Amino acid sequence: MRVPHGLLGIEDLTREEIQEVLDRSRNFQPRDRGKLDLLRGRMVVNLFFEASTRTRTSFEIAAKRLGADTISITAQASSVSKGESLVDTLNTLAAMRPDAIIMRHAASGAPHFLQRYLDTPIINAGDGTHEHPTQALLDARTILDRGAALEGLRVAIIGDIAHSRVARSNVYLLSKFGAQIVLCGPASLLPVELQRIAPGITLTTNMREAICQADVIMMLRVQLERQHEASFPASEYFQFYGLRLEHLELARPNVIVMHPGPINRGREISSEVADSQRSVILSQVENGIAVRMAVLERVLRGVRN
Amino acid sequence: MAFVIKNGRVIDPASGFDGIADVAIEDGLIREVGEGLSGAEVFDASGLIVAPGFIDMHVHLREPGFEHAETIESGSRAAAAGGFTSICPMPNTSPVNDNATVTSYIIEKARRHAVVNVFPIGAITKDSAGEELAAIGSMLEAGAVAISDDGRPVMNARVMRRAMEFARSFGIPVINHCEDLHLSAGGDMHEGFESVRRGLRGIPGCSEDVMVARDILLAELTGARYHVAHISSRHAVDMVAFAKARGLAVTAETTPHHLALADADMIPYDSNFKMKPPLRSQCDVGAVVAGVVSGAIDAIATDHAPHPGSEKMQEFEKCPFGILGLETAIGVTLESLVHTGKISLIRFVELFTSGPAKILGLKRGTLSPGAPADVTIFSTDREWTYDVNKSFSKSRNSPFDGRTFLGGPVMTIVNGRVAWSG
Repeated sequence: MRVPHGLLGIEDLTREEIQEVLDRSRNFQPRDRGKLDLLRGRMVVNLFFEASTRTRTSFEIAAKRLGADTISITAQASSVSKGESLVDTLNTLAAMRPDAIIMRHAASGAPHFLQRYLDTPIINAGDGTHEHPTQALLDARTILDRGAALEGLRVAIIGDIAHSRVARSNVYLLSKFGAQIVLCGPASLLPVELQRIAPGITLTTNMREAICQADVIMMLRVQLERQHEASFPASEYFQFYGLRLEHLELARPNVIVMHPGPINRGREISSEVADSQRSVILSQVENGIAVRMAVLERVLRGVRN
Repeated sequence: MAFVIKNGRVIDPASGFDGIADVAIEDGLIREVGEGLSGAEVFDASGLIVAPGFIDMHVHLREPGFEHAETIESGSRAAAAGGFTSICPMPNTSPVNDNATVTSYIIEKARRHAVVNVFPIGAITKDSAGEELAAIGSMLEAGAVAISDDGRPVMNARVMRRAMEFARSFGIPVINHCEDLHLSAGGDMHEGFESVRRGLRGIPGCSEDVMVARDILLAELTGARYHVAHISSRHAVDMVAFAKARGLAVTAETTPHHLALADADMIPYDSNFKMKPPLRSQCDVGAVVAGVVSGAIDAIATDHAPHPGSEKMQEFEKCPFGILGLETAIGVTLESLVHTGKISLIRFVELFTSGPAKILGLKRGTLSPGAPADVTIFSTDREWTYDVNKSFSKSRNSPFDGRTFLGGPVMTIVNGRVAWSG
């Protein structure tokens, strides 16, 4: 088995490795609009087997701002629709010698499985309901932009935890830094085993309890496309698990509200909250580019030119 | 022209014999077990175990219909290399073995090409669709030894009741693949900590439990002989023990991999660890081992399920369920049960011989004089490493590739003829 040298998940990273990426990302402010040439002559393939606007664009901009060349491939336009297997598709792409493959796939573990057969580093841009490591990095960066350290922060993650790769990656990251994590959702979307995946996690099905004294509220989208049956009455979701202005009073005064997007106004978050002063949703998007630049630099630095 | 296996430790659970002895074989039958026997041909089995031929009551030979994955011939060669002298192919072929024509086809193919005995298991329902009973009586007349819709459960309790009632008139066991399909729908591995961590959909233990519970109640209602295939969950083991305590004709088998591996042992997203029932929690593994020790579980069967690389080399959730098992069964089971001191060697042999023979009513699995000369010779201390690329199977899907074992098959004799020797 080959040693993966891309970025498959947060679970396998050490706190120091994460800190390094977060620190480095401070050097890459999207507001500094100049183009760098740190990765000039490098080639990055953006391979998205699942619909994505923000993540794909964000990676592409990040790569371009570092001077790398990028190619974007979506599953619909690729040979996958001609029945080629995933391994063959990746082997074919790898034979064209890109420096890294950024990959999103609907199957949990797809990049982990492929990395065992591939020398080209894979950067996981979201695998099924497993991990979305760059999202957790950009979320950490966004929280840290507000000044606080992650240690001791009370972070409520609310929504469809069971099907959320964002939740898993965030849990691993926040836990490594000593945050207190409260996971909240209807019981059918909140498997009790979550409590044991990392230290510092509590579970609750009560949203008010989750938000109480929270420093950070992360709302998750209800991933209807990943639910294969109605595991809760859809009409009641917003009533019990939708974030509204009145909830914010339960939290710390300087609480921030995050959401990985795309947001569904009126389903998991009210318009008023999404547009409020407490919302940092657009900062997350902005930080996405900085963090992905740091990740690309880190991964490609380890690859021979 | 006797063939004599000399100086081995002969273990015959059917008679309770366990001691150093010679076994004489003549005309395809066991002639005698005793001391100082002589014959035209002699095999020195000093330091080895000489046992009745091992019976695997649960395999998939994929023929007819999926010959790219396995054939009756290739599967039988893998069986012989694994120390098995008899195998029972499940009916989920294409076409399904749900009528005497398919049963006869399998038996005829086996007669011509197989190197071990093949005793087919017929389907419970037509096309194993779970609706209408298959031609059970005529399959039995053609040579089937039991019925099962393995690969699928019989979801409809009324159909299961009728199947049990009909089977009772023939005295054969009804074997169920216990899985409530509504509870397991979409699952790829055991539901628990590991599935949550890996973001894979779970197959809860209770999807097995509720089916075992239902079937035990139906077995009591109908008086049928009922057998649980590949038992894997702790509550299911408890319920089988409960049924036995009530005096019901309920039996169970488990697999070597369910004795040896838990969900936490899976290489992440490696489809060679994907099967049904899934590798369960360590707690379930402990309960299954305890069930073998206590006698709640009667037999070990491999559920040998070949799939070609083209199907297994995919995203985990896309891969079909099932792994190879024939060639590693002895090594894996010795490691999990015997070397750990959980069971004696005679109990080990029983689980592969008189255990399954009794369930299926086969007049094999014993070394008594006059019995067919099916003999498995194995070691308990020779070190060997499994290389799946050298497998006799046409497929390569084993989680045990590269594993080193202490003890394994040495020679397999089927009806007096050497089918394989290592």
